[in-house]
This record gives sequence, structure tokens and C-alpha cells, in this order.
Amino acid sequence: MGSNMAENHPVGFQWVMEARLRGAKVMHVDPRFTRTSAMSDKYVPIRAGTDIAFLGGIVRYIIENERWFDEYVKRYTNAPVIVDERFRDTEDLDGLFSGFDEDKRIYDTSTWHYAGMPEQETAGERSKGGTKGEQSGHGAQSGGLTHGEPPEEDETLQHERCVFQILKRHFSRYTPELVAEICGCTPEQFLEVAETMCDNSGRERTGSVVYSVGWTQHSVGVQYIRTAAIIQLLLGNIGRPGGGIMALRGHASIQGSTDMATLYNILPGYLPMPHGEEVSSLQEYLESHGSSTGRWAKFPTFSISQLRAFYGANATRENDFCFDLLPRINGDHSTYQSALDMLEGNVKGFFLFGENPAVGSANSKLQRLALASLEWLVVRDFVEIESASFWYDAPEIETGELKPDEVATEIFFLPAATHVEKDGSFTNTQRLLQWHWKAVEPPEDCRSDLGFTYHLGRKIRAKLKDSTDPIDRGILALDWAYATSGEHEEPSAAEVLREINGVGSEGKALSKYEELADDGSTSCGCWIYCGAFKEEQNQPARKTPHWEQGAVPSEWGWAWPANERILYNRASADPEGNPWSERKKYVWWDAEKKQWTGLDFPDFTPDKPPDYRPPDDAAGDEAIAGDHPFVLQNDGRGWLFASVGLMDGPLPTHYEPHESPFDNLLYGQRSNPCRQLHAHDHNRYNPAKDDAYPFVVTTYRLTEHHTAGGMSRTLAYLSELQPEFFIEVSPELAEERQLEHGAWATVITARTAIEARVMVTERMVPIVVQGRRLHQVGVPYHWGRKGLTTGDSGNDLTSIALDPNVHIQEVKAATCDVRPGRRPRGPKLLELVASYPGYEEESGDAPR
Amino acid sequence: MAEPALSYYGKPIIKEPVWKTEIPHYFFAGGLAGTSATLSAAARAAGNEPLARRALYVAAAGVTVSPYFLIKDLGRPMRFYNMLRVFKVTSPMSVGTWIVAAEGTSTGIAAACQLFGVLPRIRATAQAVSGLLGPAMATYTGALVADSVVPAWHEARHELPLVFAGSSAAAAGGIAAALTPSERGRPARRLGIMGAVTELVTQSVMEKRMGELVAEPYRKGEGGRYARAGQAALLGGTAVMLLAGRTRVGAAVAGTLLATGSWCTRFAVYHAGKTSAGDPAYTSVLQRARVAERGQPAVTRYGKTPFTRL
Amino acid sequence: MRHGDGQTTYGLQIQPRVGFFTDTSVCIGCKACEVACKEWNLVPEDGLVWSGNSYDNTGELSANTWRHVAFIEQQVDDGFRWLMSSDVCKHCTHAGCLDVCPTGAITRTEFGTVVIQDDVCNGCGYCVTACPFGVISKREIGGDGGMHKCTLCYDRLEDGLEPACAKACPTKSIQFGPLDELLERAHGRLEDLRESGVDDARLYGADENDGVGGMGSVFLLLDEPEVYGLPPDPVDPTRNLGAIWAAAAAAAVVLAAGVAFAFAGETDG
Ligand SMILES: Nc1nc2c(c(=O)[nH]1)N[C@H]1C(S)=C(S)[C@@H](COP(=O)(O)OP(=O)(O)OC[C@H]3O[C@@H](n4cnc5c(=O)[nH]c(N)nc54)[C@H](O)[C@@H]3O)O[C@H]1N2
Ligand SMILES: Nc1nc2c(c(=O)[nH]1)N[C@H]1C(S)=C(S)[C@@H](COP(=O)(O)OP(=O)(O)OC[C@H]3O[C@@H](n4cnc5c(=O)[nH]c(N)nc54)[C@H](O)[C@@H]3O)O[C@H]1N2
Ligand code: SF4
Ligand code: SF4
Ligand code: SF4
Ligand code: SF4
Ligand code: SF4
Ligand SMILES: [Mo]
Repeated sequence: MGSNMAENHPVGFQWVMEARLRGAKVMHVDPRFTRTSAMSDKYVPIRAGTDIAFLGGIVRYIIENERWFDEYVKRYTNAPVIVDERFRDTEDLDGLFSGFDEDKRIYDTSTWHYAGMPEQETAGERSKGGTKGEQSGHGAQSGGLTHGEPPEEDETLQHERCVFQILKRHFSRYTPELVAEICGCTPEQFLEVAETMCDNSGRERTGSVVYSVGWTQHSVGVQYIRTAAIIQLLLGNIGRPGGGIMALRGHASIQGSTDMATLYNILPGYLPMPHGEEVSSLQEYLESHGSSTGRWAKFPTFSISQLRAFYGANATRENDFCFDLLPRINGDHSTYQSALDMLEGNVKGFFLFGENPAVGSANSKLQRLALASLEWLVVRDFVEIESASFWYDAPEIETGELKPDEVATEIFFLPAATHVEKDGSFTNTQRLLQWHWKAVEPPEDCRSDLGFTYHLGRKIRAKLKDSTDPIDRGILALDWAYATSGEHEEPSAAEVLREINGVGSEGKALSKYEELADDGSTSCGCWIYCGAFKEEQNQPARKTPHWEQGAVPSEWGWAWPANERILYNRASADPEGNPWSERKKYVWWDAEKKQWTGLDFPDFTPDKPPDYRPPDDAAGDEAIAGDHPFVLQNDGRGWLFASVGLMDGPLPTHYEPHESPFDNLLYGQRSNPCRQLHAHDHNRYNPAKDDAYPFVVTTYRLTEHHTAGGMSRTLAYLSELQPEFFIEVSPELAEERQLEHGAWATVITARTAIEARVMVTERMVPIVVQGRRLHQVGVPYHWGRKGLTTGDSGNDLTSIALDPNVHIQEVKAATCDVRPGRRPRGPKLLELVASYPGYEEESGDAPR
Repeated sequence: MAEPALSYYGKPIIKEPVWKTEIPHYFFAGGLAGTSATLSAAARAAGNEPLARRALYVAAAGVTVSPYFLIKDLGRPMRFYNMLRVFKVTSPMSVGTWIVAAEGTSTGIAAACQLFGVLPRIRATAQAVSGLLGPAMATYTGALVADSVVPAWHEARHELPLVFAGSSAAAAGGIAAALTPSERGRPARRLGIMGAVTELVTQSVMEKRMGELVAEPYRKGEGGRYARAGQAALLGGTAVMLLAGRTRVGAAVAGTLLATGSWCTRFAVYHAGKTSAGDPAYTSVLQRARVAERGQPAVTRYGKTPFTRL
Repeated sequence: MRHGDGQTTYGLQIQPRVGFFTDTSVCIGCKACEVACKEWNLVPEDGLVWSGNSYDNTGELSANTWRHVAFIEQQVDDGFRWLMSSDVCKHCTHAGCLDVCPTGAITRTEFGTVVIQDDVCNGCGYCVTACPFGVISKREIGGDGGMHKCTLCYDRLEDGLEPACAKACPTKSIQFGPLDELLERAHGRLEDLRESGVDDARLYGADENDGVGGMGSVFLLLDEPEVYGLPPDPVDPTRNLGAIWAAAAAAAVVLAAGVAFAFAGETDG
């Protein structure tokens, strides 16, 4: 669901095809019939933006029909845990949980805690002081547990405040009929999916859920995935072979870049970025982000080793390992906030390394205007992408909103080396690091990003070398020495990997993160990558083919953490440590050797017996019982109910997309109350339920192109495969709006209007939602004005309306209007858009 | 059960021939040359010098221009000689190339000797060779197009060579008749008339045998237009030849008409071929009928989705 | 081994005949085969023309598209389906293109495949009219005047590599190997599908008694061949060459006789 795996992950999809040949049943739920649907046993059309209703219906189905995997649920999840009596559910508060602050639109999450816990500062509270919607990072989510076992539990799952009962009440209204009403599928279609999922559960069977950005890019994206997690935990499908939730990530190493902290609010390894107003000392940082139990109890060793990797010998115990030199965040610095800040003139300069926001980011018109407000901009890419050419070639030039001679931004375009022109690793969607070798020298002035960054740092440090300004200390104190080679003095990527892996006091590469110390004797750039350079060997460079290995090909590349291929795999054994079944055996307890063993590396303390019970004063890993597989959680359990860590509720709730033609059938609360809105002249929103925007628009990819198109629209062999921007509509919509197959159509939102060729196809079907026939319009978003095939950008249509947890844009579900013919040119375009309703102020216009 | 589509988005199943109009020109010139050569040889044997001389010059002109048309149509004219490095009976074009080469050479030599009035023995031998090869030269092109998957050509394979033979006779006879003083032109007139009749009759037999559908390109569109024009010219030419062939003017008019008719026929065949290749129906319906005849009707369509459960 | 044409191969050692089994029931339409083929063989771009025919914008096999993925959207009894299928030269046992080529540019290799030698081809275009599948055409775009088609990656085969398209195919829709093995696999797959109720599955090109003596590229289709743009009953035209030559010979004789008859009763005057 929410993934077009065949089209966007075709190489990975070969395994789905293989599973299918071996008898697996594949179901696809998507607003559009795609190449994935074509390859599935069952396809269910759904209204974009309604998956929580669908999945919630499955939760209810499991509970109503007693289909949950009882032993798994009772022992491995937090189903028995009793929750604070002050907790109120959306069922009680018409769509809100307890603790909502109407003004700031955020929750005080203290009432979501487990019962019997001491009052403590939580992640939610911490961010209360910060900018709305800003979250201080991932890292540990202690929730205040001081002991691995929550204070109050009911093993029978009968207590009315236990998680299981709360869950049951929360989803009790998600009946097949309601699901059908909201999602636009039939109850029968829904039931078939629910039934099939339940059938693939238990000791002998597992099922897995695949999602990608069809789920994440919503104002409730994180909660989509939470709902799937609840289902998979109820069905006992996590930590087991053939189970899990497969997040299919995007760019070749998007996983790696997240691991290594592309996001503003994390440091490598998901350590939180210190917040200027909240933490002043290392001590405070470690205390507020650490956990006393579970794997995160080692947080100080991760963090201090990381500081040592950053600052080398300059980081000493005496100076708090240079903690005060780390940059601080003081609010939301996510990509969209940054663009808005640019418009306000608060950002002077910008580096764009491998990103094309002028096409790829939501509301790309606003993005272009934002870039045009910069003083300088450095673009490192293969070709002159739209984010470098916007100042002379953009729709805004046509409309007169931008004039080339008035754009003051100084743009430096620096050609980048491609992945075949440099060494390095990719971390793929399954956390697997794979090495790639330089095949050819980068041509002409092209340089690797690593080389560029290293030499830029070197030059800046040389310029600052005599500076006494305290602000420069952070740069001067860095450990910035790498061996270089060749004509272009290219730093060694393997050496960087080794630094990330970490070294011990004897200067030898570490082999596992358990070796990390909090006394400064070890350094490690990213704790989850510790072991990637085990035994001084570049582990990701291993390429033993799978046919020369066992069922789990551990010698192909290297997976974090600790080369484990399935996380939480202790759950593949029953509470006593035996495989759930012969068919599904994976990791188990060898009673004789008193060791966890199996096909994969156990994601568990190797010698902790299944019947281990933590003593009362236990801390860290000791505090986790032998039958609690979820070692990253402070109670070792899979969380059906997330008492901390989320901005918008401990349980998922169906909310309508920010722009939706419908009311929420469940509650008066229409959309996610915490969603992040940025109403602005250049970010007008479509009014909800407005007749001017009768259709749902969803954006997506095609196999033939890549994202913003810089890597595909420039290549003849790919461009010829999809040589023009088109939209997809059903024959009915075509008739209703007189759209002609192959002719032009104009799509309009409150942001702007774009034109595209019309593809009328029976793959698009109108669906019936709340008694109304609804049309959905499909918009692939790859086009822009550069390259061999050019066209308007789908993202000119989309708005900045974000998920509160991760600030991701809602580009999968919005409303629009469609007309036949091309869009107006020049200022007439602005007139057309102005004739449509919209609001640009965060006033009462914004629906609840 | 829905009828199966004729093709994929109505696209042709086979490729349209890449040959351009040089090819029908070539067929015409080649046919004219071949039959003229034979006519000349026969006239010489019959002691009809004026006719022999004139037909020989016509043949010479034909063999001179036809390679031009042929080579011009090649995608890589400079590599024409590659055809002279092999001889393949499976390729009418290969066989034809040798025929053309031999015919060209012999006719050329004969004509040159004739022109300069030298080497009478060599001339006689060359003329004999050229006369013997003439019919092959005139008919191999029919085999050439028939040996293709183009329905309008392949389905006409039994008759096309004869149509081409008739066509070339009409042209050769007609032109020779026009050029030759009427008292010596009778054989040419007769040849022209026989040719025209053969062509008309064979073509109608051919169309009948091919059946309504496959013959359509000879009746409709560009091919049909040329065919009709050709028929009219041939009929007219025949009539004029019969009625006024003995007059200088009559022979000239009739000869021109016959040659024009012959020329039109080549274009009709050419265009019919293109049309029948370009429209998938000709290929698909024809072949589907063949399959049905063998008792293998279309397999039931639209069952379940294509996966095995083990 | 079904080496075609009674032609001797030009290779020193005859290898087992190789080919493709393209199982369209597992094709996901990713077009990796099309792109891999172009990359490896440096085939020029085929024009940036949006067809509106589902997701197919290359349209057909041609000199500039040696693998072509078809996309067929169909309303069917149990709903809707989207067929995808990757087409290629059939490397026929009796290859019309090879038979008629007057220069010998088209040859059969030691692997039993049919290859155009670009340096010999003079662009006569005869092969274009002789291929029952419309595979060969003239390179108009990026034109060099020659005819081009799949070589079954002859250069790769010589180096013991599998063809680029098969290598790139993520789902094993394109399977490469010795033809005998592939045929066996194809029949096995057909049986499996038929057993599971996929009545419309059928093999194409797997019958050595068909009009081209069986194909080197065998397909598993889910609908009639026409639907995919394939001829339902392809015949190598040279199969009828005997009759054609006979007709030509007869015509020549008639012509000669006709000329002779024209002189009947003529006196040397
Ligand atoms: N060929 C190719 N491959 C790619 C990329 C590419 O551009 N081209 N991009 C890469 C990147 S960066 C990423 S992130 C991944 C993304 O991979 P995917 O997530 O598969 O990409 P999308 O096509 O954006 O969206 C997936 C599907 O979600 C559906 N969808 C939209 N809204 C909803 C909804 O509310 N519910 C449900 N159930 N489905 C919905 C869309 O119709 C679409 O079919 O692909 C990667 N792979
Ligand atoms: N409407 C809508 N918008 C979306 C999405 C959607 O589904 N719908 N999906 C979103 C998603 S998931 C993503 S990931 C984004 C993608 O959006 P962007 O990341 O903005 O788009 P890309 O085209 O992938 O830009 C990557 C650029 O990096 C360059 N590049 C590649 N390798 C290197 C390298 O090694 N070094 C350097 N310096 N440059 C390199 C490429 O040439 C390319 O121009 O789009 C997002 N936007
Ligand atoms: S483009 Fe690369 S990452 Fe994407 S599916 Fe193909 S091989 Fe995998
Ligand atoms: S399919 Fe056509 S091009 Fe290929 S071998 Fe057969 S006749 Fe020749
Ligand atoms: S075009 Fe080339 S390959 Fe084709 S038949 Fe002529 S010479 Fe042979
Ligand atoms: S075998 Fe080689 S030449 Fe033929 S289609 Fe495949 S990749 Fe192209
Ligand atoms: S590579 Fe394979 S799956 Fe992809 S389109 Fe080609 S045949 Fe189909
Ligand atoms: Mo992405």
C-alpha cells in the first residue's frame, strides 16, 4: 500500500514476483491501477489519503474476529500495559486526544504515559518551548521508564485501561461499511484484504506490508505507518522471516543519508541535535536524551564517541568532549521552513548538493521564489538543473513575477562526479551498505562531493587559522585530516568509512557498538555503523554471491546494526526461545550452548536466556527481560500504543487530508490537528470542500524517470520512453470535463495552474465516497523546463502542508480542478489562478 | 467473448517496404529492356532489321537507366557491389542482380556494336545472350516481390511474374511499334497487344484468386487508382493499336498508351504492396483465416490472472 | 538441434542453439530490457514522441528499437488487466530476412542466431519485406542507410555473457539459454499456468512445424498474438520460393513464346 513497487523499485520487486511464483498472495491498494496492480492477485482502488481508515478497519477486524497472534501479542507487545487514567481517546474528545493545546496546536503528552510512572519531562514537553511542530530528534524515547517492566500490566488484556482495550475501543467504529464509505472501496474488497492478512499470521505463516511515499507524504504520514505497525504486531509479523514492514526508500542512499543525518534535527545514528534553549551542557544533553533501560541506555557511549570522531584529540573529558562546539538548533530548520525563511530574507546563502527543489519540492513555485531571494547559491549537480536556471527560465519569468536582471542571487554551478566516478557506499532500503568503486575519473571540473566538502573545509580552516573569534572554534577544532590521492587530491572514502565505524584506544577499527565507551577512549562517527570496518576490512565491499551462502546472505555487503538482516529477530522464536515453527525458524535459543543462534545474527544479548527476568534495580540492557525482543524500546516491547515520540497522538486516527472534498465521517475534528501549515501569499490553500476544486489530485513517479528529472529528462534513452508530461484521468472524468485523449488539459489549485497532455485510461476509476462519485487525477511530477523532455512541474500545484512529526509534505492527496486546453500564458495565468478561491492567511479559514 | 484486436493499437504487423518509387520505375525499365532485347533478337532472327535495331536501342536504354534506379534506392549505394559477391537462389534479388548484370552487359555490347557497326560476330553472340535472358529479366522482378511477406505480393505469387511478363511485353511491343515504320512493326504491335491482354487477364485472375480482402489494395486507394489508370491505358492502347496501329500516329499513340499502362501496373503493384503491409488487417485477417482453416480457433480469452500457486 | 535454413554456419564451432524464452506473464513493464539493449549496442534514440498508447512510447521494433515492450490495457471478464510484453527478433529457424538478403550480410552464427553484418549490408531493403514479424527496418533517425535489428548480443555471446536485455530483466521475464532447455521450461510454465486456470496462456514460436520452422525467441502470451502485434501465422516467404520460381520460369517461357508468336507468319521482307 502506498507503494508502486514494480515501477519504482523494480529490482526489489523481482523478489515479490518470485514469492508470488512460490505461492505468496500479493495485494495492492492504491488510488491508481499501476504496473504493481497489474502484477498483483488483488487490486483495491482507494481514495488517496484514507489509508488509516482502511488499516484501522483491519485492526478492528483482527480484534473483532479474534485473529490476533495471542502469545506474541501478550509477551512481545505492550498490549497488557495499563495507561495513565487521565488519558482520553479521540472517541471521547471528538477526534482529539487528551492534552491538546488549541492555541499552539500541540499536545502535552503526559497523559499518554503508562500508569504508575513518575512525572517526568518528555520529548513532547521538551519541544513545547520550541517552534510549533519542531521535534528535537529521534534518539531515545524513554517515556520515563526507569525499569524495563512497566509498573502496571494486565496479562489477561481485560483491564479497561490496558493498551489492548484502548486499542479495541479506539478502532471499534472502523467497520467494513465505514471503511468503504471513507475509502471508496467496497466492503467486500476490504474484507478480502483483511481476511488474507489474517490468514498469513501465526506460527506457520507471516505476511509483510510494503509502503513507500504513497504513505509518508501526508499530513498524517507517520501515523499511516504506525497503523501498519499495529497490525503487524497484532499478527505477530515483526522480527520474523517473511514478516515486517518494508519501507521502500527513495534515492540510492537515502537510507544512508538519513543514518548520517541529512535531517537538521539529528546527528549521525539518530542522536538528537542539541537544542540551543534546552541543553546547555553535555551532562544535560545525555540525561535528557538517554534512557535508563534498553539499548539506548548506551546513549552516552554513542554520543561521546561521536564527539571524539568529530573533534579528535581536541575532545577531552575536561572540555566536555567539545560538546559546546556542536552547532545548536533553535527551531524548525527543515527544508520547507528554510524556504519560507529565504522568502523573508533570513537565509543568505544556500548549498544544494544533489537536490532540485525548483521541481521536486512541494510548491515548487514558492521554492523558486525562495531561491531567488538568496544572496548566493551553490548548486552541485551533473547538469544545469532548474534550481540553477530558475533566474532566467521559469514560469515566473513568463508571468513577470521574476525578472532575470532583478534576481540578485549569485549562482555558482559546480559540476559533480557521479557514483561511477568515485568510491563510496550506498545504504539501501534494507539497511544494507554496499560499496561501489570508481570506474572512471570524473571528467573535466567534476569532483566528488566528498572531495569538494573536504577541500572546502580545508580552505576555510586555512583562512580562519589565526582567528580567535569563538564562533570559529567549532571549525578549527574539527579533526579534518584525510589521506588524499591522485591529481585531484581525492580523500579516501574508505578512510571516512573507517572513521564512521570507529576506532578504539589502540587505534584499531572497532567491531561492534558494544565496544564503545563513554570515557573518550573510543571514537565512532555513527554508532549503528560500528562494525562496518570490522577487522580492518571494508565489510560493505564483500560481494559473495547468495548462491555461495546460506539462506541469509550475510557476506553480501554489511547491514546495520551488527550485520543483522532482520531487526528484532528474537521475535522469530517463541517466548521460550524455540522457533515458532520449523518452516519459520530464523533465530533461536540454543539451550545447550546457552546462546542465541540461528540463520542471522541475533538482535539480542547473545547469552540472555529466554526466561531471564530483570532484577528490580536493573538498568540498561539488564532491565530487558529475556522474552522482550524490541531492544530499542525501553520496555523491550513492540508498541501498539506509543506513549511518547509522536506529536499527533499515541494511536493513529483517520483524519482527512488538509485539502479534501469531504468531512471526516468519524469526528468533528476534520484533519490532523497538529498538521503544520504555512499559509502565505505564495502558499495559498484550497478551501476544504469547495466546489471549485471537486477532484482529488495525487502525484507520483514513473519508472522511466527519476524524481525531479535531472537524471532522466537529460538522457535520450530514458526521455524517449516517457517523452511528455501527462496526467491520467478516467474516461468518465474525461467525458465530464471534455478532456480529449492526447490533447491538453489545465490543472488548477490555489497555487497555480499547469498544463499537460491527457491520458484517458481505464486504469483510473472513479470511486464512490460518501455517496458521491469522486474522480482522482494522477500527476507524475518529474517534469521541468530543462532537459530533453520538458513540461510544467507537478509540484507547482502542491502546497506546503506538513506532517507534524517529520515535516513531510502532503503531495499525495489534495484537491484540484481540471479544464480542457492549455493554460493561459503570461499574466493571464495569474488571473486565472486568482479567479479560484484560496486562503493565504492562517486565519479561521483553515478548517479544524 | 470479445473479438481479438487485429493488431496492437492498429499498428502494422509487418514493416512497410522501405522501397521508394525508384523501384516501380526500375521494374518498368527492366521489364521493358528485357522484353525489348528478346524482341530485338527475335526480329533479327526473323530478318526484321529495322525492328531489331530499334528494339535493341530501347533495350539498351532500359538497361542503362534501370541500374540507376536500382542503385539510387539502396540505402548505401556505394556498397552495391556487395551483391556481386554472392549468388543465392533463395534470394530473387541476388539471382536478379546477376541477370541484370548479364543482360546489361550483353545488351550493352550488342547495342554498341550495332551503333558503331563493328564486330558483327560479337554483336550476334551478345544479342543472342541478351535475347535469351530477356524473359528472365522481365519476370524475375515478379518473383522478387512475390518472395516477401507483403500480402498483396506474396498472395499474388503465382500470377505476378506473368503479370510482369505481360506488362513488359505491352511496353516493349508498344514502344517498338511506335518507333518502327508500320510496315515492319507488325510483330511489335502484336506483342504489345498480347502483352496487354495477358496482363489484363492475368491480373483479374490473380485478384479473383487472392480473394476479396487481399485483392483490395489493387482496387482501392493509391494502388487501385494506378490499376484503373493502367487498365484504361492498356485497353485504350490495345484498341488503338488494333484499329490504327498501322498508321504512324496510331502506333505512336497506342504504343504510348501501352507503355503508360505497363508503367501504371508497376505502380499499382508497388502501392498495393505498401498498402497491404501498412494495414495490419491484411496480415492478421489472412493469417487468422489460415489458422482457423487448420482447425485451431482462437484460444478462449480472458481467464484468470496468470499465476501458479504451488 | 534445430539450426535453420540448411545453411552452414560461418562459425568454426557450432554451439548449441541459444535463444530467448520471454514469459510475458511476469513482465512488469519496466523497460530495463529496452534501455540495456540500447546502452550495450549503442542504438540511437528513436524519437521523443508521446504516443498516448498506454505507457508505450517506442511503439514497435525497429532499427532503433531492438527490444520493445508492449502495454495493453484490457477490460476483461473478471475486471481489468494490463498486459506487458517485451518483443524482440525471433531468430527464426527459417529466417526470411536471411534467405532473401542478396549480399550475404545476414548470416546465421555459430549460436544459431541471425545477425546482420553492418559492414556488408548495402541497404537494399529486401530483408524488410521478408520478415514476417516486422522486425527489421532501416535506420531513418540517426540514419546510416543500413538495416538493423537485434543481434542477440553476438559480441556478448562470444565472450560467454548473456544478452544485455536478459541480464537487465529483473523478473526473469526474459530468459536466455540453450533453446532446448528454454522450450522445456516454456512448456512447463504453460502447464503450470493452465493448471491454475489461466486458460488463455499459450506459447508462441515453440512449434517447429510453424511457418518459420520454430523461433529462436519463444514467448508465453496471455492473449492472441495479434493483440501484441505479432502475426498469428507467420510464414517465411521463401517457403514458397519453389512455386515462385516456377511461376517466374513459366512466365518467362510464355513471354519468350509470345515474342516468337509475334513473328509468326512474318516473312523476311
Ligand atoms: N523509476 C523510479 N524509481 C524511483 C524513483 C523515481 O523517481 N523513479 N524515486 C525513488 C524515490 S526518491 C522514492 S521516495 C521512491 C518512491 O516510491 P513510491 O512510493 O512507490 O512512489 P510514488 O509513485 O510517489 O507513490 C507510490 C504510489 O502511492 C500511491 N498513492 C498516492 N496516495 C496514496 C494514498 O493515499 N494511499 C495509498 N495506498 N497509495 C497512495 C500512488 O498512486 C503511487 O502509485 O521511489 C524511488 N524509486
Ligand atoms: N509532488 C511530489 N513531490 C515530491 C515527491 C512526490 O512523490 N510527489 N516525492 C518526493 C521525494 S520522495 C523525493 S526523494 C524528492 C526528490 O527531489 P529532489 O531530490 O529535489 O530531486 P532529484 O531529481 O532526485 O534531485 C537529485 C539531484 O542530485 C543530482 N545528483 C545525483 N547524484 C549526485 C551526486 O553524487 N552528487 C551531487 N552533487 N549531485 C548528484 C541529480 O542529478 C539530481 O539533479 O521529491 C519529492 N517531491
Ligand atoms: S534504478 Fe538502481 S536502485 Fe532503482 S531499482 Fe534500478 S537498480 Fe535499483
Ligand atoms: S524475426 Fe524477422 S528479422 Fe528476425 S530472424 Fe526472423 S525473419 Fe529475420
Ligand atoms: S538491406 Fe542489407 S541486410 Fe537487408 S537484405 Fe539488403 S543487404 Fe541484406
Ligand atoms: S539480445 Fe542484445 S541485441 Fe538483442 S534485444 Fe537483447 S540486448 Fe538487444
Ligand atoms: S526488463 Fe523484463 S520485466 Fe522489464 S520490461 Fe523488459 S521483459 Fe519486462
Ligand atoms: Mo524519495
